[in-house]
Amino acid sequence: MSRIQKVFTALKQQGKTALIPYITAGDPHPKHTVNLMHTLVEHGADMIELGVPFSDPMADGPVIQRASERALLHKVGLTAVLNMVKTFRETNQSTPIILMGYANPIEAIGASVFADRAKTADVDGVITVDYPPEECGDFVHQLRSRDIDPVFLLSPTTDQKRVELIVNQASGFVYYVSLKGVTGAKNLDIVEVSERVASIRKQTNLPVGVGFGIRDAATAKATAKIADAVVVGSRMVQAIEASTEANLLSNVAALMDELKAAVEAANN
Amino acid sequence: MQLYDMPDARGHFGQFGGTFVAETLVEALEELRVMYEQYRHDPEFLAEYAYDLKHFVGRPSPIYHARRLSEKVGGAQIYLKREDLNHTGAHKINNTIGQALLAKRMGKPRVIAETGAGQHGVATATIAARLGLECVVYMGSEDVKRQAPNVFRMKLLGATVVPVESGSKTLKDALNEAMRDWVTNVHNTFYIIGTVAGPHPYPMMVRDFQAVIGIEAKEQMLEMAGRQPDVVVACVGGGSNAMGIFYPYIDVPNVRLVGVEAAGLGMETGKHAAPLTANSPVGVLHGNRTYLMQDEDGNIIETHSVSAGLDYPGVGPEHAWLKDIKRAEYVAITDDEAMAAFHNLCRTEGIIPALESSHALAYAEKLAKTLSKDQIVLVNLSGRGDKDINTVAKLANITL
Repeated sequence: MSRIQKVFTALKQQGKTALIPYITAGDPHPKHTVNLMHTLVEHGADMIELGVPFSDPMADGPVIQRASERALLHKVGLTAVLNMVKTFRETNQSTPIILMGYANPIEAIGASVFADRAKTADVDGVITVDYPPEECGDFVHQLRSRDIDPVFLLSPTTDQKRVELIVNQASGFVYYVSLKGVTGAKNLDIVEVSERVASIRKQTNLPVGVGFGIRDAATAKATAKIADAVVVGSRMVQAIEASTEANLLSNVAALMDELKAAVEAANN
Repeated sequence: MQLYDMPDARGHFGQFGGTFVAETLVEALEELRVMYEQYRHDPEFLAEYAYDLKHFVGRPSPIYHARRLSEKVGGAQIYLKREDLNHTGAHKINNTIGQALLAKRMGKPRVIAETGAGQHGVATATIAARLGLECVVYMGSEDVKRQAPNVFRMKLLGATVVPVESGSKTLKDALNEAMRDWVTNVHNTFYIIGTVAGPHPYPMMVRDFQAVIGIEAKEQMLEMAGRQPDVVVACVGGGSNAMGIFYPYIDVPNVRLVGVEAAGLGMETGKHAAPLTANSPVGVLHGNRTYLMQDEDGNIIETHSVSAGLDYPGVGPEHAWLKDIKRAEYVAITDDEAMAAFHNLCRTEGIIPALESSHALAYAEKLAKTLSKDQIVLVNLSGRGDKDINTVAKLANITL
């Protein structure tokens, strides 16, 4: 059983929803990333989504684009990100790490080399935004043969037939993108999301995470009632962007506490 | 009969092309693919397209025998396919009309486009005005500054021009931003991509709409010279004008096809926009797999060319394929060589070419010298240079 599956199984037994914060590796500076990851865990992160900076993040809104640009100023590429995961693992062997990024950094080293290095760094899952299932058969095979979970996005425009195709390739969990548009666009429509999540559950036993558009305690709470995991990205990156070096960790901790309380309130 | 039959059903040219997009766009691309399949052979649609090409664009564009240039160069006869004489001044309009007519049939009241130099933006704004469609054009803020006349042109035509501040603030970032708009507004918006790149079906669809260039050229060369050219030369940024003239010639034996990339300050400096000539690695950007200028981390690197229309780090996937199967050759021309060819055509033929097309002219001159007087080099003169006079003046330290 993969680390991601273990966490979801344990949470399910306790009737709890996972909280998954997203940060971009190297933002605001590479020296902070591992500390930020530990802070996220100390303040309630059940898993961490770690963004791999890319020069052309087509599916991201301005907040996460700027995070990528800040990281790239310090030349934080895929190799540097994997090294950060390695360092994190020196003191944390339990929290699943899911890399999220774009295809080209993986293409640059090749799917099998990437999968080897991700395994060595002890990465648990990979979301590749611009690898739809039709185009990444070999990549999925390389990951799964090393017990790394390929995590796929489902969108409001994904029809039942495609949901079938995607859940057959995915493992760990599936990630429902709760609105049309880029990351951080606007608040989600909880009724619509709830209907879609219910419909996805009819087609798969995989846990369903929901993200894109969760901006505060209220949306986190509402989402936690219907999803197996709540993913918070742009809001987390905004907190990082608004911080100084002195209050970076405390600001992120405060936001995590607020979100964790909201998720736990939904579970009670 | 066309023997060459690419791409496959999912838009692959061998290992190149494909549909590398976020899940949110998959359905929109599928809708476009189905609608394009329906209309690409529909007589009524094709008649409407042909009518606009004739009466709105002014096609067919002539072929011109550049006698004085040929004589001056000393070698093969140079012929020019005059896309510069089209309405709006370049080949771009052939494609925007096709896609805008499709948008209308699909019931999309809003079109968006990316633009670098502004030619594709102007061509999109033009057809949007004619069809009464709302039009938003994304343009890197650096390009907005450099191409002020085209920005004003688009506004005159009723389009909204959105300056893009992310990344390198140029064409590739404009494309990213247009994609983001499309993801968000996919229900009422048609994205008119300007080159033979992007996810399937764009590379195929743009090629098909531009193929009118080569189809006409084949007839016209027979009439004018009694035979087909020995070599066809076209500049390649994304590669739409080159695909347009190459495609109908792919099955014609003994016609060499040469694509000319921008060598910028020189291939050895790294400041260029020539991924094919530089043997750049294969990667994924803007929805397709192709040769890409990138660093060791797979991040896209900044390109350089005096010509904004060639300043792109990738290349259409079909060019990548034609290079690999050795059906086309790819070479590169520096800024300086292109400028020399620009001035040469102005002075010897009375034609001011676009800086993009000047790259093709420069290589045609080099090549013609090595050929005999009874051989023919056909150059796709993809656009006129009126848009470039500020750039040319600046290089000569002249204030207009």
